[in-house]
Amino acid sequence: MQNTDVILNIGSNSAENHPVSSKWLHKAHERGAKWIVVDPRYTRTAEMADIYCPIRSGTDICFYGGLYHYIIENLIEPNLEKYRAGRFVPEYNFEYLTQYTNASYILDHEFEFDPQTGFFSGWDKDSETYNSHSWHYETDHEEEWDTTPGGTYAWAVGEGVPEFTTPTLTVPKKDMTLTDERCVYQQMKKHYSRYTMDMVCSVCGMDKEDLELVYSTYASSAAPGKAGTILYALGQTQHTYGAQNTRAMSILQLLCGNVGVPGGGVCALRGEPNVQGATDMGMLVNEQPAYLKWANTTDRDTLAHWLESQTYSDGYYTNKPKFMVSALKEWYGENATVENDYGYDWWPKVPSHDGSDWTELSSFEKMKEGTMKGYYAWGMNPCHSAPNSGNVRRSMANLDWLVVADQVITETADFWDAPDMDASTIPTTVFFLPCALIYEKPGTILNSGRWVQWRYQAVEPWDEAKPDYEICDILWKEICALYEAEKNDPKTANPDPILNMKWDYYLDGKIDPIPVAWALNGYKVESSDWKSGFTSNPDGTLSSGSIDLLAGYAGLGANGSTACGMWIYSGFFANNDAPCDPSKQAVARRNNVDSSGLGLYSEWAFAWPNNRRIIYNRASADLEGQPWNEEKALVKWDKDAQKWLTGYANGMDIPDFAATRTLTDGTVQQIEPNNKAFFMLWEQNGRLESYGMTDGPFPEHFEPFETPLSSNPLNGLLNSPCFLGRKFVDDSTRRGRVEDYPYVATTYSVTEHWQTGGQTRACPSLVEAWPGDMIELSQELALEKGIHTGDHVRVWNRRASVVVTAVVTPRVRPLTVQGKTQHLVGMTHHFSWGKLFGNTTLGAVNDLTPNVGDPNSQTPEYKAFLVNIEKTTV
Amino acid sequence: MELTRRGFFKSIGAAITATMAVEMTAASPALAVETEKDWKLVNTEEYTNICCYCAGGCGSLCSVRDGELINLEGDPDHPINQGGLCPKGASMFQLRNVVDPHTKEVIKSPVRQTKPLVRRPYSKKWEPITWDEAAKEIARFTKDTRDAGYVETEMVKGKELTVNRCESIASLGGSQQNSEEEYLILKMMRALGIVAIDNQARV
Repeated sequence: MQNTDVILNIGSNSAENHPVSSKWLHKAHERGAKWIVVDPRYTRTAEMADIYCPIRSGTDICFYGGLYHYIIENLIEPNLEKYRAGRFVPEYNFEYLTQYTNASYILDHEFEFDPQTGFFSGWDKDSETYNSHSWHYETDHEEEWDTTPGGTYAWAVGEGVPEFTTPTLTVPKKDMTLTDERCVYQQMKKHYSRYTMDMVCSVCGMDKEDLELVYSTYASSAAPGKAGTILYALGQTQHTYGAQNTRAMSILQLLCGNVGVPGGGVCALRGEPNVQGATDMGMLVNEQPAYLKWANTTDRDTLAHWLESQTYSDGYYTNKPKFMVSALKEWYGENATVENDYGYDWWPKVPSHDGSDWTELSSFEKMKEGTMKGYYAWGMNPCHSAPNSGNVRRSMANLDWLVVADQVITETADFWDAPDMDASTIPTTVFFLPCALIYEKPGTILNSGRWVQWRYQAVEPWDEAKPDYEICDILWKEICALYEAEKNDPKTANPDPILNMKWDYYLDGKIDPIPVAWALNGYKVESSDWKSGFTSNPDGTLSSGSIDLLAGYAGLGANGSTACGMWIYSGFFANNDAPCDPSKQAVARRNNVDSSGLGLYSEWAFAWPNNRRIIYNRASADLEGQPWNEEKALVKWDKDAQKWLTGYANGMDIPDFAATRTLTDGTVQQIEPNNKAFFMLWEQNGRLESYGMTDGPFPEHFEPFETPLSSNPLNGLLNSPCFLGRKFVDDSTRRGRVEDYPYVATTYSVTEHWQTGGQTRACPSLVEAWPGDMIELSQELALEKGIHTGDHVRVWNRRASVVVTAVVTPRVRPLTVQGKTQHLVGMTHHFSWGKLFGNTTLGAVNDLTPNVGDPNSQTPEYKAFLVNIEKTTV
Repeated sequence: MELTRRGFFKSIGAAITATMAVEMTAASPALAVETEKDWKLVNTEEYTNICCYCAGGCGSLCSVRDGELINLEGDPDHPINQGGLCPKGASMFQLRNVVDPHTKEVIKSPVRQTKPLVRRPYSKKWEPITWDEAAKEIARFTKDTRDAGYVETEMVKGKELTVNRCESIASLGGSQQNSEEEYLILKMMRALGIVAIDNQARV
């Protein structure tokens, strides 16, 4: 962040919610960077910034579309002839656009968008889903893998490697002059021609002068050598088109040449301490660890089908068979063999053939229907945090049993005791299992920048509280014992996936995170001995058992010779000289000298993958490998020595591209600079247009589920045709109309509290500093409603009614939307009836938020919905 | 001016109230009171840790004497926060121990639950349970529910697939745990056949 020239906070109030990040934004600001905040409220971050621009909640795509249009009309089109003539354009980076993105790729001839209907090509009326076929590129020619001995892909066949049909590379057709009307650039230009500045102001509600200043300031980052960064958080993701919002930011950054450069990027300021780790771990319906897809019933129903559908034809993901076989080998140990497809069939297959959804929101519908009967909640509190949380409580009342592992009795553990519930009618058995605090146990945690860091245990847990790893072990041993004892009982469902799973992470006779860290890092199977039982020496070596840790994922094989739970972490815990001592592993390094001067701190802890600090860093240099900005070099091709300058010793980063190749005889060859800047994609160029989304190849503006508008000013569809929850029954979602609920509402956090307060409401000083939830409203609306700061305000919609304290403020102001005055209100969501400090029985704010979400990410729409308000007394 | 710990909290509170103009009516039943005991970090061991809140990854230093946490503050060597912490991070000590406003003694947090509990069907109260009993009961519930809601094979487009799926149990959470714990939760839930696995990354 300190390296940027333009900061754009949109959907993030970082000064409030990620306070320490401000230290680094201020470094950039003091250097002269411009700071823009686009937000429905004038936030604490806005107070620090140069430019504040209001926006109606839920209209970000319109804002981005207008910015693309601005860049195309003001920077690209006027200079396109110069670029075609081979001349340098100082205000726009044409080389980045044409060489590192798919701007020049020719799209399928059936590709189309119809603004009248709001549909892209490929809409299937029966299934109400898109077929993305027409969003792909036209093919120039095809290339096959060379799997012959000595060939690039020789590893893909042979003993131990599962049989599968290797992929065919379809090399796309391109027009490097960007003239062809079917090329991505021309299609993009056409698509966003509707997003004029007048249109954006009318939909989003800001003044044109404010918008123009924001656009021109941000577009200045598109000059070669300049960088702009976007800071976003839940304000972008929590919408029925949240994933398209994040796509929209990525497109903007590619269009401005801001990906892979110091001070660039799309910075997801993540909100949970180890949410990065949980995402990496694939603790999600369709994911497995390290960004591989979980098994399903269509294209991933067998191991061969998984390998065929998931292995890329080019780029780094050609290696997926190595990651997959090594993952299965770790999962099932010696029970995983090539003959049984490494145990793949024991993995549950997610139904992907019937349109069913198994994510959080839908799980409550399944409880309501009575098919979901048991529930584990690990430090998560849906009875307060999930949208329409009253609906969650009513759904959970149908459970047979619930297990809550937490530090305090959360609203979820206590749901049967909520003010609106009658315990005498609720049959659920609820177990509360007390957890250790972060400093009462050791282990690994990740931050938003992919840093993998070690936590040391400082003290023992109070009383009978236990680390989650120990809780898992206690439960798992009991479950296995039951399946072992009753495996021949006809009522027992298939015990094999349970009894064949590898679960031997014991050190010195106790369950321990260190052997789990070995499993995540990866090890050689033959030279590791898990059977003898691991015992450690004081110097961190093993006196019994042995482990041969992999130095990195380059050592993985597809033939069962290696086991690795998380290929992207490989190298974080790889020191075989002291495998039992975290302080001697990369994860716990503490060298805080920054050789780069760019804040990489490459020898502090570890960053996945392979300790790269800025991913896609190939894009920080031009086609010849020369940095766009010499003062901010991450990698550089040394023309004289014909080699790449990279790494800590050179004050640079680890290359995130193929900089070298290793020949069969072990010699390392340098790879001359090329245009393959994004080697995690098969085309190895960034996607301005993408066929990977379920709801459209370009972000298109739609209104929130609950909107003050009756039609979409930009196309013929009011809402996204794909959003999650459109098939939920009305009694669940209880959609409100603007006639009854005229105010646009959003939710957010304050710096003193965190989420549902399970931790912060246990801290007296934080409750003293910030004692309850509030509603912020404008002076104009307050006058209309006779509300003063400190009054109790009833806020209601069809889902619930809650009472919070009023804060009347000029930070929120009415906007003019489609020619009409539109009031906005905002609420915090930290307090509830849970028996912590500062508890309230006046309702939880998330009882109001709608349980609908994005069709790609299934993230709920907390950030834009409708309410009514009135002054009240309690 | 030398701020006392109490003074520090007071000044933070005052700044927030002034800038946000909040006139909240609710009050905390426990106050952020300072103990009268010596806070000096003599004879302590230090352990580094990482904050439990926003994913910024700030470092903290935990000072321990005789097996008890004495102090928690920002890690001055940590490149991200360079010794600083936000109000939440700076209060992490209170997750374990708070000061009794009457006796001024450091006591265990009164709102943290540190022993297993069970709530029986239709009951209006929690009851104590041992870890051993809880584990046995949870395992029995898990097995019975899994066995009743299990789909081992399924016909999809005329083909019989092995699906090994448990449709009757869901698992939620993971972002609060360390990565090793996430892996164990994931392995356990997937081995049971659970597909309804989600965590805070979803929201």
